[in-house]
Amino acid sequence: MRTAPERRTEPAIVRGGLIALALGFLACFLFVPLAVVFVEAFAGGARDYVASLVEPTALAALRLTALTALVAVPLNTLFGLAAAWTLARFRFPGRGLLVTLIDLPFAISPVVAGLIFVLMFGAQGLLGPWLTAHGIRIIFAVPGILLATMFVTVPFVARELVPLMEEQGSEEEQAALALGASGWQMFRRVTLPNIRWGLLYGVVLLNARAIGEFGAVSVVSGHIRGLTNTAPLHVEILYNEYNFAAAFAVASVLALMALATLAAKSVLGRRIAR
Amino acid sequence: MRSRRPRRHVLPGFGLALGFTVAYLGLLVLLPLSGVALSARRMTWTGFVAAVTSARALAAFQLTVGAALTAALVNVAFGLLVAWVLVRYSFPGRRLVDACVDLPFALPTSVAGIALTAVYSPAGWLGRQLAPLGIQIAFTRLGVVVALTFIGLPFVVRAVQPVLEDLDPEIEEAAASLGASRFQAFRRVLLPSIAPALLTGFTLAFARALGEYGSVVFISGNLPMRTEVVALLIVARLEQFDYEGATAMAAAMLAVSFLLLLTVNLVQAWSRRRETAA
Repeated sequence: MRTAPERRTEPAIVRGGLIALALGFLACFLFVPLAVVFVEAFAGGARDYVASLVEPTALAALRLTALTALVAVPLNTLFGLAAAWTLARFRFPGRGLLVTLIDLPFAISPVVAGLIFVLMFGAQGLLGPWLTAHGIRIIFAVPGILLATMFVTVPFVARELVPLMEEQGSEEEQAALALGASGWQMFRRVTLPNIRWGLLYGVVLLNARAIGEFGAVSVVSGHIRGLTNTAPLHVEILYNEYNFAAAFAVASVLALMALATLAAKSVLGRRIAR
Repeated sequence: MRSRRPRRHVLPGFGLALGFTVAYLGLLVLLPLSGVALSARRMTWTGFVAAVTSARALAAFQLTVGAALTAALVNVAFGLLVAWVLVRYSFPGRRLVDACVDLPFALPTSVAGIALTAVYSPAGWLGRQLAPLGIQIAFTRLGVVVALTFIGLPFVVRAVQPVLEDLDPEIEEAAASLGASRFQAFRRVLLPSIAPALLTGFTLAFARALGEYGSVVFISGNLPMRTEVVALLIVARLEQFDYEGATAMAAAMLAVSFLLLLTVNLVQAWSRRRETAA
C-alpha cells in the first residue's frame, strides 16, 4: 500500500489515463478472452454444458490429464528437491552446466520437445525397431504423453527453490547437524519447513503446466479418442469438429484450474515474501 | 552475511542428490536430445539445407521471427505500462489485476488459442468491432502477433515489477529538485535503471514466442507461406511422415533456443553486476 503523500506522482488525469490504457490492454488480451470461454461454454444452456462434460470421451480425457499430473508432479517435485539441494548447498565443477541443463526444457519449443521423443521411441525412431520387437508402445500411447509432460515440466520446482535456499543459507541446517540430527532428520525438521511455501509455489506451477501442456503432448499422442487424448487435446478435437459449445465446456474446466492456480500463486507469493 | 559457500562434507547428501539429479536429467532430457543429433547425422548436409531453405520453410522462419519480435516489442511497451500502473498507482481491483497477469502461464495454450480466436474472428466480440474498419485479426498474420503477445505478456511485467518496487524514490526527488520534468526524470533516471529488466523480459518473451504452438494454431489459420509458423510446419511435416524435414527444422530451432538461453543468462549476469555495482 502506498500512503506516502509527498511521493512525486503524475497529475490525476495522467494517472487515470495510464490506468485506463493498461486496463484496456489487459482487457483485450486477458479479461475478454477469459470471459469468452465461460460465455461460450454456457451458450447452449446448463444442461448441454453438463452433458458435454460427462460424455465418455470427455471423461476419459479428463481422467488421462489427471493421471498425467499424478505421475509428473510427484516425480518432478522429487527431482526439484534433489536438484535444489545440490545446486543451492554445494559448489562443484560443472554446476553452471547443470543449471543450464535444468533450464533447457523451458527454452525448447514444445513441438520440438515432443519431436525428440518421436525420434527416439517412434516406429521410425532410433529405438523403434527394438521397441516394436518387444511389443512396447511409447509414442501414440500413454507412456509418451507422460514422458513429454515430464520433460516440459522438469525445471519448475528447482527454479523456485534454488534462489530461496541460497538466500536462506545453511546455518540452521548446520546447527541441526551439530546438535546431532541425522541427515534425514535435518531435512525433515529444518530444510522442509523452511522451504515449504516456495516448494508449494513451484508445485502449483508445475501442476498447472502438467495439466495444460498441449504442443509436446499433441506431437506424441496420436489423438486417439478415449485412449491418448488429454483434456487440452480434447478441446482441439471438439473445436476442429465445430462442436464449439462442447470445446468451450471442456476449456472452461481447464480455465477454472488456471484461475485456482492464480489464486494459490498469489496467496503463496505473499507468504514467501513475508 | 551468511556463508554462501558451505565447505564440502559439512552438509550431507551431496552424492545422493547429485547422482539422482544427473541420472534423472540424463534419462529424461539428455538421452532424448541425443536422439536428434543421431537422427540429424543420418541426414546429408544438402538434405538439411534443402529442408530448412525451402520456400515454405523460409516463409515460416520469416513469419515466426517477425511476429515474435513484434509481439515482444508490444509487450515491452505495454508490459512496462502495466508494471508501472501496478506498482505506482492504487485503484480498485489492483491486486486482482496483478494476479491475472500470470494467466498466460496458467491457462492451457489450447484454451487460450480457441478463446483468442473466438474474440478476434470476424464474428467475435472484438473482431466484430474491427471488421467495419477493414481490420481482420484472426486467420491473418496479425492473429499470430496477437497470440504471441498474449503468451509473452507476463514476462516483461514480472521482470520489470520488482525493479520498479525497489527503486529508491530519492533519485526521482533529486531529479525533480534539479528541475527535471516528470517525463525527463522518467527518461533520464528511471528508464536506465529498468533497462536491463526490460531487456530480460523482452528476450524471454521473444524466446517463448519463437516456439509457441498451442495458442497460435487456432487463430493463425495455418495457411502455408502465409500464416504458418515454424512450430506448425514441424507438425505438418511430421503428419506427412517427413521425419527428415521435421528434424532439420527442429535442429535449426534448437540452435536458436540454445543461443537465446545463453543470451538470457548473459543479460541476467550483466544486470546482476550492474545492480551490485550500483
